[in-house]
Amino acid sequence: MQVLIPSALRSYTQAARVQAEGQTLAELLADLDRRHPGLRFRMVDEQDRLRPHMRVFVNGRAVHELAQPIAAGDEVAIVQALSGG
Amino acid sequence: MGTSKSKGTGTARRQAAAARPVQRLLLMVATRKGAWLLHGDTRRREWRLDGPHFHGHVVHHLQLDPRDGRTLLAAARTGHLGPTVFRSTDCGRRWHEAERPPAFAKVDPAQAAAGPGARVVDHTFWLSPGHASERDTWWAGTSPQGLFRSEDGGRSWSGLPAVNDDPQWREWMGTVQDGTPDGPKLHSIVVDPRDPAHLLLGMSGGGVHESRDGGQSWSRLLDGLEVVEGFDAALPTFHDPHCIRLCPSQPDRLYQQNHCGIYRLDRPGTRWTRIGRRMPKKIGDVGFPLVVHPRDADCCWVFPMDAADVWPRTAPGGQPAVYATRDGGRRWQRLAAGFPAEQAWWTVKRQAMTADAADPVGLYVGNTGGELWASRDEGQRWRCIARHLPEIYAVEAALL
Repeated sequence: MQVLIPSALRSYTQAARVQAEGQTLAELLADLDRRHPGLRFRMVDEQDRLRPHMRVFVNGRAVHELAQPIAAGDEVAIVQALSGG
Repeated sequence: MGTSKSKGTGTARRQAAAARPVQRLLLMVATRKGAWLLHGDTRRREWRLDGPHFHGHVVHHLQLDPRDGRTLLAAARTGHLGPTVFRSTDCGRRWHEAERPPAFAKVDPAQAAAGPGARVVDHTFWLSPGHASERDTWWAGTSPQGLFRSEDGGRSWSGLPAVNDDPQWREWMGTVQDGTPDGPKLHSIVVDPRDPAHLLLGMSGGGVHESRDGGQSWSRLLDGLEVVEGFDAALPTFHDPHCIRLCPSQPDRLYQQNHCGIYRLDRPGTRWTRIGRRMPKKIGDVGFPLVVHPRDADCCWVFPMDAADVWPRTAPGGQPAVYATRDGGRRWQRLAAGFPAEQAWWTVKRQAMTADAADPVGLYVGNTGGELWASRDEGQRWRCIARHLPEIYAVEAALL
């Protein structure tokens, strides 16, 4: 499926939209990290929680759990919630 | 973990005692919005600013590997992305990210509820190259407090359980509530030049600790250190060392800038002496950085700050000054020639003051207003060599 990548992570992907596969968000992020090493740790901490300010939307709906199932054809968007100075 | 012994007191002293001729000078400046390198000429008069590197990243520390003179490590994160370490083997031309940056052990959520809880590295705060005999070994201190070691030049990092996962240490570390405004920190990782297994570290808060076995076990080094009035000095929790330095010319001598004064410790003694009592009363002896002379163990420099009522953490009276001792802390001399004489409310963070190893020693001070100041004569005269940078977090110097 296609994943929208925020500008802060494009140094890893070199593209705004990339392909990745998985049946859950966790699997999708693991696949993304295989294709683009280092990306996952910048958005998921060592306790397997999405870092503050990192948001994931599946088909336009916010997802907070890595165990969230996803299906082929879903549109996944990774977004950084811009804030701060 | 390799902790081969390599006692070489005489060699260490001889190396430290020799002033290095200035070939080329490199200053590494870490800021809240990226990193810069300053390349200086042999006279330390002309400086070329190179950067930004990692523009927009919060860079807490940038360090050169003295064992090869070309490998740089940078501790970085952004406001939104997690912490990482970048590595360059060509003095900053190209950077590569660590494959496994410092990260705490994953804790099962069920166990986390019963124990001291799972932790997440917010940022790597401190980088120290390992011992000269241990090529590619590095140490890192994080916020919240954690100690990590790399044995492959910074590509991958492993936590030291004796520090990171020990329930007693976790109690001493406290929580984010107990730390500095920018998070509690493990810092001042000192490697004895005579013995790679002999380590020191500081925690803000959590005190000063010493290991003789490469970090497998630790003992407290708190005797003589004061804590805020009303608290128990016997508990590491209440100790807040700001910066600990070992004298390369006399590795048994340590200096420390603490939340509660300036101290000296001569080993094998174990009791710190508050040498800051000899500072002028109106200035006090509180600050963040402390820099030692590369060849004279009786000499160190500090940058005092205003610690009155709400702790402004700025130069006292808006008049920035470095203070130096040349007799181990019995007398202090104010060194401010060239600095603004008034209305200069600088804050200088604990990693933002450093020295080179030339003769006379060059000193460098970076402030939170983005100015970098230099002295070519051990602090007698200062001039600004860079301004308009972001808030400066750390400055390191190397002769190449």
